[in-house]
Amino acid sequence: MSVLPEALATIRDDFLALPQPDRLQLLLEFSRELPELPARYADHPELLERVVECQSPVFIFVEVDDDRIVHLHATAPQESPTTRGFASILVQGLAGLTVEQVLDVPADYPLTIGLTEAVSPLRIRGMSGLLGRTQRQVREKSAA
Amino acid sequence: MAVAPDPNPAFAAFAHPERLVSTEWLAEHLGEPGLVVVESDEDVLLYETGHIPGAVKIDWHTDLNDPVERDYLDGARFAALLGGRGIRRDDTIVIYGDKNNWWAAYALWVFTLFGHEDVRLLDGGRAKWEAEGRAYTTDVAPRESVEYPVVERDDATVRAFKEDVLAHFGRPLIDVRSPEEYSGERTHMPSYPEEGALRGGHIPTAQSVPWARAVAEDGTFKSKAELDAIYRDGAGLRDGDSVIAYCRIGERSSHTWFVLSHLLGFDNVRNYDGSWTEWGSAVRVPIATGSEPGDAPTR
Repeated sequence: MSVLPEALATIRDDFLALPQPDRLQLLLEFSRELPELPARYADHPELLERVVECQSPVFIFVEVDDDRIVHLHATAPQESPTTRGFASILVQGLAGLTVEQVLDVPADYPLTIGLTEAVSPLRIRGMSGLLGRTQRQVREKSAA
Repeated sequence: MAVAPDPNPAFAAFAHPERLVSTEWLAEHLGEPGLVVVESDEDVLLYETGHIPGAVKIDWHTDLNDPVERDYLDGARFAALLGGRGIRRDDTIVIYGDKNNWWAAYALWVFTLFGHEDVRLLDGGRAKWEAEGRAYTTDVAPRESVEYPVVERDDATVRAFKEDVLAHFGRPLIDVRSPEEYSGERTHMPSYPEEGALRGGHIPTAQSVPWARAVAEDGTFKSKAELDAIYRDGAGLRDGDSVIAYCRIGERSSHTWFVLSHLLGFDNVRNYDGSWTEWGSAVRVPIATGSEPGDAPTR
């Protein structure tokens, strides 16, 4: 079994250490930390992929650089803080990881961070969709 | 202690104008004894980003549903929920939320299952309050717990089950989902997650009236005349009809239930909360596909 990348493990442990209501607050903090899209993507909406598993509009774009490091960009509206929080967790948790490390992240990671009760399993599906689509883009873009 | 209704003339034509309050009215009455404002959103964190001062959060997933069975909370848990949020049985509750009050209407319908008498919607919901630049706060004012009586949930008056729908053929059904869900091209809303129905289509004879047609550009409800044109002239509803509305999990149809019951005055409207996620997966129930309502099954 592969080891969960350190940043994702830390995020999970931070959530699990909190009582239920405080987990929502932490998710809210993540939602505020979602970085703005780099200008080169803001002007090219066609590059962004919509994550239909999320109830609110959220779009992602993955870059794989020459060192096979993955860069995930995501954007979601301010009035969808839960979705922004999910995206922000992945943007931070996957930062600096290699293609192989990203592809090794278990698909059930969103279910393990202690949010199913505070947020509901249905809403967590949105985060699973984000992760799945990110991994698919990584696979496509690293295949060449 | 109930609060006097909003006398707004814009509501006068509705069958039950006391079920709506305007943003102006709410702004003037905030903090009045006997008035509790409840926010109910699709997004579980939206309240935390800012809400109407004094508003209490009630979440449709985590507060109103049973965590194990597919059902709503029972009378004891409803009493604990409302009492714990400082809401008394005789308080006036005004509910508002995101997405044209979609989830607010759902919460209002669940409150109705427990017979909470005075529960109203903020016309225009969160979006209108925000567009008008009205006060928001992130402060959560502590509310003292109060006694709320344990009331048995009434599952007969405004709620329909699958068996009720099967016995209902010959009387009007309203399908409030998108045209693509109605025809059977898809089993879930465009850009929403798949919620697991095995078959696509609609309940035979159901008229298609997507829920958001009841809403005007600014998020408020359309006028009585406009709503009559949609539901009476368009969908063929008549006075005295017994109506069942459904959608995917019973949330959008709560909104239509509110329109038919409280704005147009139909006395016998039920929401089938099992909706398509139950019907579309049930064994040996009739299904019609395509854009036509189809015929009632002969049994």
